[in-house]
Amino acid sequence: MRDVLRHHLFWPVAALVALLVANTVARPGFLAVTVRDGHLFGAPVDILRTTAPLLLVALGMTLVIATRGIDLSVGAVVAVSGAVALSHLASAPDPAAPGTVLTAIGLALALCLVLGVWNGFLVSVLGIQPIIATLILMTAGRGVAMLITGGMITTVNSAPFKVLGSGFWLGLPTAAVLAFGVFAVVAYVVRRTALGMLLEATGINPAASRLSGVRSRTLTWTVYAASGLFAGLAGLLISADTMAADANNAGLFIELDAILAVVIGGTALSGGKFNLSGTLVGALVIATLERTVTVLGISPLVTPLFMALVVIAVTLLQSPRMRERLTAVRRRPTTGAQRPAARPDPTEVTAG
Amino acid sequence: MTQQTPPPVVEMTGVTVEFPPVTALDGVDLHLRPGEIHALMGENGAGKSTLIKALTGVYSPTAGTILVDGAEHRFSGPADARAHGISTVYQEVNLCENLTVAENIMLGAEPRVLGGLNWRAMRRQAAAHLRRMGLDIDPASSLGSHSLAVQQLVAICRATVGDCKVLILDEPTSSLDADEVAHLFAVMRSLRDEGVAILFVSHFLDQVYEVSDRMTVLRNGGLVGEFVTADLPAAELVQHMIGRSMDVLEAAEEAAERAERPAGATPLLQVVGLGRKGSVQPFDLDLYEGEVVGLAGLLGSGRTELARLLTGADRADVGQARVSGRPTRLRNPRVAMGHGIAYTSEDRKGEGVVDGLTVRENIVLALQAERGWMRPLPRRQVDELVAGYIERLGIRPADPEALLRNLSGGNQQKVLLARWLATAPRLLVLDEPTRGIDVGAKAEIQKLVAELAADGMSVVFISAELEEVLRISHRIAVLRDRRKVAEIDGDGASMDRVVDLIAGGGAA
Ligand SMILES: Nc1ncnc2c1ncn2[C@@H]1O[C@H](COP(=O)(O)OP(=O)(O)OP(=O)(O)O)[C@@H](O)[C@H]1O
Ligand SMILES: [Mg+2]
Repeated sequence: MRDVLRHHLFWPVAALVALLVANTVARPGFLAVTVRDGHLFGAPVDILRTTAPLLLVALGMTLVIATRGIDLSVGAVVAVSGAVALSHLASAPDPAAPGTVLTAIGLALALCLVLGVWNGFLVSVLGIQPIIATLILMTAGRGVAMLITGGMITTVNSAPFKVLGSGFWLGLPTAAVLAFGVFAVVAYVVRRTALGMLLEATGINPAASRLSGVRSRTLTWTVYAASGLFAGLAGLLISADTMAADANNAGLFIELDAILAVVIGGTALSGGKFNLSGTLVGALVIATLERTVTVLGISPLVTPLFMALVVIAVTLLQSPRMRERLTAVRRRPTTGAQRPAARPDPTEVTAG
Repeated sequence: MTQQTPPPVVEMTGVTVEFPPVTALDGVDLHLRPGEIHALMGENGAGKSTLIKALTGVYSPTAGTILVDGAEHRFSGPADARAHGISTVYQEVNLCENLTVAENIMLGAEPRVLGGLNWRAMRRQAAAHLRRMGLDIDPASSLGSHSLAVQQLVAICRATVGDCKVLILDEPTSSLDADEVAHLFAVMRSLRDEGVAILFVSHFLDQVYEVSDRMTVLRNGGLVGEFVTADLPAAELVQHMIGRSMDVLEAAEEAAERAERPAGATPLLQVVGLGRKGSVQPFDLDLYEGEVVGLAGLLGSGRTELARLLTGADRADVGQARVSGRPTRLRNPRVAMGHGIAYTSEDRKGEGVVDGLTVRENIVLALQAERGWMRPLPRRQVDELVAGYIERLGIRPADPEALLRNLSGGNQQKVLLARWLATAPRLLVLDEPTRGIDVGAKAEIQKLVAELAADGMSVVFISAELEEVLRISHRIAVLRDRRKVAEIDGDGASMDRVVDLIAGGGAA
């Protein structure tokens, strides 16, 4: 029992379950999933779909945070990605031609990769503080997106592209399949190779890592590039869902949601040890939370407050010091038995 | 009990500290009396640092009482303890590297004028504290620009600022030279004579005998007993610490045998005119296979800086290096590692341990980094390797999955040694490898170094402890004022001659 409580995923999973229970109580059919036209439908499926872009962004964010960094530019990169893809489609004679769609995707991802490389350059080569370095692109990126779309909300019709956002694959939302697929591959690579350990070493003690021959600079650079790429993919999923590129609002605040997902998942912002499965649960918690707000009919006025309360609860339960307090309280009754029996009068002991 | 002693200022009874499943301390007693220097003795991992942290409120004991001035007291942390007159210098120096020396010393006791800080007075007072410790550095310089040993002295200065009735020093001498140790002891004695109770941890038996009045010995988290230093012969002390008898002096006496170097052999590493502005003056050095070269010099003489240039930790701005006769630029540690050159830093906390990773991960880190992330070492091989080093170096707890931050200082040091041995280097540069290591393990490590050299490895050995350098080196390079001033044969070197060279006498 104690092991379950101690498990790093316990509180995030508990939060997720609690949210699902709250939803089911408010709307008994909440968890029902039906099959229509061979596709799955229902609130849980929707949640998976809305989780998809956040999961991708949070994946990159986790790796960046592991190296003691942070990437604030992901929201802007999301906007750039959508702007590039949709502008390309809109300017093409046949937006539905497979070649055009593939080029649009390729162009968007390539540019986002470049943006990520730029961030990585600022941080790893020039040694600029990550929060400042990525702040540059966070503000400039939306301007770039604005330039690309010419200041308008670009809309376009392209059935093959739209599949990315709202289509289905084997009965599941394409976006979810893609995002969870990418996540699984990256998580597998990180943990099966030595990448995870080397990233953690870099994040915990950069100087020691350098002396040990870890290519810290390359690693740091790589995670920012990856973060840009994943944000680009997320941008494609988001723009394909609405089929509109909105330079101002696409991916707005997604960097904050992603950071929250990482923190809820139990990865410390101070870098080092990271936990991808936690990030997965964290992203699900946030997507479910957004859904819960509508299901419970919470007024938009108090929504941010409600979100904040849930987040505070989970992060508090995650904090080592809180946990220590909790375990100390639970352990107290047993200390008597551990005292050396021969000692005549051990004074009352409290831990914590 | 035997003589008239004042009542203890600190009286710890039956103190137990647990880190489930480990019992780090099991019912330990400690009595500190005013006006005494009390040594806390024990092997690596015996529980010395834990006992100190239990007293100052860093850890909360699960059993036992702590009396301060006769009243039961539980401190909430080091700041609380300090407010009650208990000043502590912990084993790992914990200062603000980006503040100045003066700020670090006076932090919390800053002189004020009109609600603001009186910077001039602060610098003046800090300078006085530094002088007392025999330190001649600019109080306005940033702490990070100084060597670890200086930082340690600054930490001690900081602890003696303001009123304290108990001063706790956890391995304060581990990176100090004889000179600094002498200064420190003078300060300790004068504080003792003012009635301060001093608790002192050191693995140097001669220091303990020189300065302490009384000692408490721990073994495996348990109390062995309290002794009057003068009544306890060293051999008996060692026996108390390790639980069996061992002639330390004899075990450490490892004859430095060297296979005769063939005439005209190519040095493994040859540097000519290598130097770096503000760090070391250009120097020449040849390092051969199967040879241990010691670096001797005072604190700040450039020992560490020289080692850093040899290993790519710092980049030289003049001079050439040849590895096995081929010209190379040792641009960074990675390049050096590619040539089989390994470097263990003296700064265990800052440049050594990755404290959030496990013992296993720390041991394989360099080896894995060398292979690159795409070629993870097979798990079975890792497990064998790690188990091998845990056994060979006696790392405790013998648990590959223990987090490094939970190991005692000496055991962390052993893990670092294992990290570099695992890369099977051709040239191993050891900067204070025995820092904080207990008597038994130290002899083991010296033996290990001799064996490695006998097997053909080239070793550079740096230690603040001159006897150690003399004992295991075949050749000794002497440094003074950031310049290599002499190179002498280890076999013919007498302590006096080396001391002479270090201090500036003799042939330069
Ligand atoms: N926070 C912790 N969590 C788990 N185990 C710990 C923790 N701190 C200390 N220990 C364990 O307690 C034991 C005593 O450690 P301690 O640091 O007190 O040793 P020490 O006597 O100071 O040794 P050294 O001479 O190497 O500094 C060790 O086995 C260590 O691994
Ligand atoms: Mg210790």
